[in-house]
Amino acid sequence: MPRIVVDVMPKPEILDPQGKAIVGALPRLGFTAFSSVRQGKRFELTVDGEVTEEILAQARDAAETLLSNPVIEDVVNVEVVEA
Amino acid sequence: MTELPLIGEAVAVAAHPRLAGAKIGVVTFPGTLDDRDAARAVRLAGATPVELWHAGTTLGDVDAVVIPGGFSYGDYLRAGAIARFAPLMSKIIDAANSDAKLPVLGICNGFQILTESHLLPGSMIKNDHLKFMCRDQVLRVENNTTAWTGDYAAGQEITVPLKNQDGQYIADEKTLDALEAEGRVVFRYVGFNPNGSRRDIAGISNAAGNVVGLMPHPEHAVEAGFGPELGSGTEGLGFFTSVLNKIVGDNK
Repeated sequence: MPRIVVDVMPKPEILDPQGKAIVGALPRLGFTAFSSVRQGKRFELTVDGEVTEEILAQARDAAETLLSNPVIEDVVNVEVVEA
Repeated sequence: MTELPLIGEAVAVAAHPRLAGAKIGVVTFPGTLDDRDAARAVRLAGATPVELWHAGTTLGDVDAVVIPGGFSYGDYLRAGAIARFAPLMSKIIDAANSDAKLPVLGICNGFQILTESHLLPGSMIKNDHLKFMCRDQVLRVENNTTAWTGDYAAGQEITVPLKNQDGQYIADEKTLDALEAEGRVVFRYVGFNPNGSRRDIAGISNAAGNVVGLMPHPEHAVEAGFGPELGSGTEGLGFFTSVLNKIVGDNK
């Protein structure tokens, strides 16, 4: 069944406390190549049947109203992934 | 509801014959923790608490609403994000924005729900130090003209408990400047900023002053013997007596 993937990231101007903690932990494990980490969210919305334009529009609407908070986050990607 | 008092004397500070008739709704979502404490605070202030369930579709005849703290819907997605779309919330949003300007207080998770509802600007993210923090916190009352702060003096410092993990208040600079200019920063952290909140902001109000949200917990500082050791321990009671005096004043 097809899925719609929605990716949400903290806004660039917002310091991401979780990303900051992760970037601090990486060098302790020997991963020294990474100067910054930002942590976002990936949602997978399963659709029973074909993904129509209308369903995709619903997913975009849901991404803006529920899945993300526009004050602190951006929806960076909405795409269809065939199973 | 537990009968009063557990220990000490339960004194209705704002004793007024009309206050007992005032009804303050206290909302319970799945995962709410502090609804019983909030209801108790309402009773100690001299009014009648009314239990409101998140799935309800009416506010009944309540004169004000408290959205208490906790972890509504497990804080899944974002703190307050799912609670914001509960059936009762649309009633609260409409009543808060109506001409009647229903007084609404959001405490901790309740504050997060109010920002997710866009009744208050900005948002909360994880504490800058990433840890859950629980402490007695000194706040300064920056605005004593809201529905929930009228019984305090402007600039008064009060001590109430604070306990949160997602308590870092953020908004863009333009929003912060507007909040400051309009006197809508209602509470500021004093001495120590426990979560990295912008400009030490602990609580804010909407433009009309009927909707107030804050991260610390006034409902845990309403009864001698249970509140913070610093100060009287009952310095949160003023929130609840303030709104009662406001209700009585409006109904004169």
